[in-house]
Amino acid sequence: MPVFFQISPAQFFLGRRWFPTSSPPQLGILPLLLGSLLVTGGSLLFAVPLGLLSAIFLAEICPSGMREILKPVTEILAGIPSVVYGFFGAIILSPYIRSLFSLPTGLTAFTASVILGIMAVPTIVSIAEDAINSVPREYREASLALGATHWETIQKAVLPASFSGISAAIVLGAGRIIGETMTVLMVAGGAAVIPKSWFQPVRTMTATIAAEMGEAPFGSTHYHALFAIGLVLFLITLGLNLVVDHVIERYRARFQ
Amino acid sequence: MKKILPFAIRKKYAVQNIWFTVLWISMILVCLILGAILAFIFARGAGVISWEFLTSFPRKGMTEGGILPAIVGTFYLVLGSIAFSLPLGLFSGIYLTEYARPGPTVRIIRVAIHCLAGVPSVVFGLFGLSVFVKFFGFGVSLLSGALTLGILSLPIIITSVEESLKNIPLSFREASLALGASKWTTIRKVVLPPALPGILTGVILSIGRVAGETAPIMFTAAAFYARGLPNSIFDRVLALPYHIFGLMTEGTRPDKQIPIAYGTAVVLLVLVLGINFVAIYLRRKFRASKEW
Repeated sequence: MPVFFQISPAQFFLGRRWFPTSSPPQLGILPLLLGSLLVTGGSLLFAVPLGLLSAIFLAEICPSGMREILKPVTEILAGIPSVVYGFFGAIILSPYIRSLFSLPTGLTAFTASVILGIMAVPTIVSIAEDAINSVPREYREASLALGATHWETIQKAVLPASFSGISAAIVLGAGRIIGETMTVLMVAGGAAVIPKSWFQPVRTMTATIAAEMGEAPFGSTHYHALFAIGLVLFLITLGLNLVVDHVIERYRARFQ
Repeated sequence: MKKILPFAIRKKYAVQNIWFTVLWISMILVCLILGAILAFIFARGAGVISWEFLTSFPRKGMTEGGILPAIVGTFYLVLGSIAFSLPLGLFSGIYLTEYARPGPTVRIIRVAIHCLAGVPSVVFGLFGLSVFVKFFGFGVSLLSGALTLGILSLPIIITSVEESLKNIPLSFREASLALGASKWTTIRKVVLPPALPGILTGVILSIGRVAGETAPIMFTAAAFYARGLPNSIFDRVLALPYHIFGLMTEGTRPDKQIPIAYGTAVVLLVLVLGINFVAIYLRRKFRASKEW
């Protein structure tokens, strides 16, 4: 917090330059904030369709023997440490992305989005699957009895009924992505500039804290600024979680 | 005799078939991607692993040798964090379910714990840095790292304790209290034993999480290079996840360091996935065997 005695909140949130070592230090977190948003939004583009479709598959049409295997496997895979994903992204995926799109570097916001999207899939699948499964049986039976096909039942009865649970899954996935540190640190490239395209290196808030905390002198403006970024992150995830809690609460009240 | 269905109905089934194909494809895609990641890392890392790799010290500025100190460091960190968070989490969970009177305060505490679970791990790292490293003056050490990781795992442990205790039917408690047992005796002898597998699952899951975390220990405990094993709780330690990161980003010989990083990644994956496997296996077994 003491950072706000040294620079104004407006400068901190809207400043376009993050040059902590220049003098006087320029500590605008706008590029970092946008970096985080870009990477998170991009990865949701991968994670949400894949995660939701797989969750519907698991909950609705998966043969039960296969489900007995797939469900625990997704739960186990949700525990793959982020540093391993980062390692995979940096060493194996990024050279492919570089040559595929003929870029100067493979460490871009796009690469980070792909990896983070993959990371978030198991989380989204397991929560969304629980939500779909908890839709009462009568909803399905009523719809099928009216002559709807299985897919129409899923589309018009099951999904609307589990809407809040599914949105909770997406928000939790987004929370996980926005707070992810090691992967973006290793994969996103790390340029603290306002991103203009998806295929350029960016730096997120988490990666900035992780990369610069070791160098920032204790008690300096830079040090306090990094803590302030931590506070911003904390507030963002806190907000997301409060929303999820509220949604789940309402959802429980409706079905019980 | 085959009946020809009206066009509208055939169309409905065609739409269904298309969507079901899409669902199958997406599930297969997810499996393929995750499988490919694991396969890549295992294929390149498995060759590096040998008994010597697991049991020797790094040599020549991390370009040769094994990862023993990282394995030991991760083990110490996990042990330390559990020693801190298990008693605290267990008693908090017991208090919240058994003693606390339901009301706004308990509701707020519960929401706070849920939200704590979603806080980015790097923020826990900042917390550990400012509280344990600086304020308490533990320095960058095994102790600071273990405490930070302990706090990170607290919400998981408290939630699992609460969930397991809530699953024990009220009649168990009533029967014990009716026999004249005190409240604490009831909890200790009647409520806790059947809740134990559930609690254990939570603890094992949190061990898996703690073992794989990098960001919280970056500024609180981790060292990139160490000659020996840590001698005291105030030493810096190596840890498997940070070791992978260090091998990738520091040092001068990436060509020799990357294979070691692959090997380390395999060890970490086997460890974490193994731990998660045990936890999820236990949970399923426990759910299946529940009889009340």
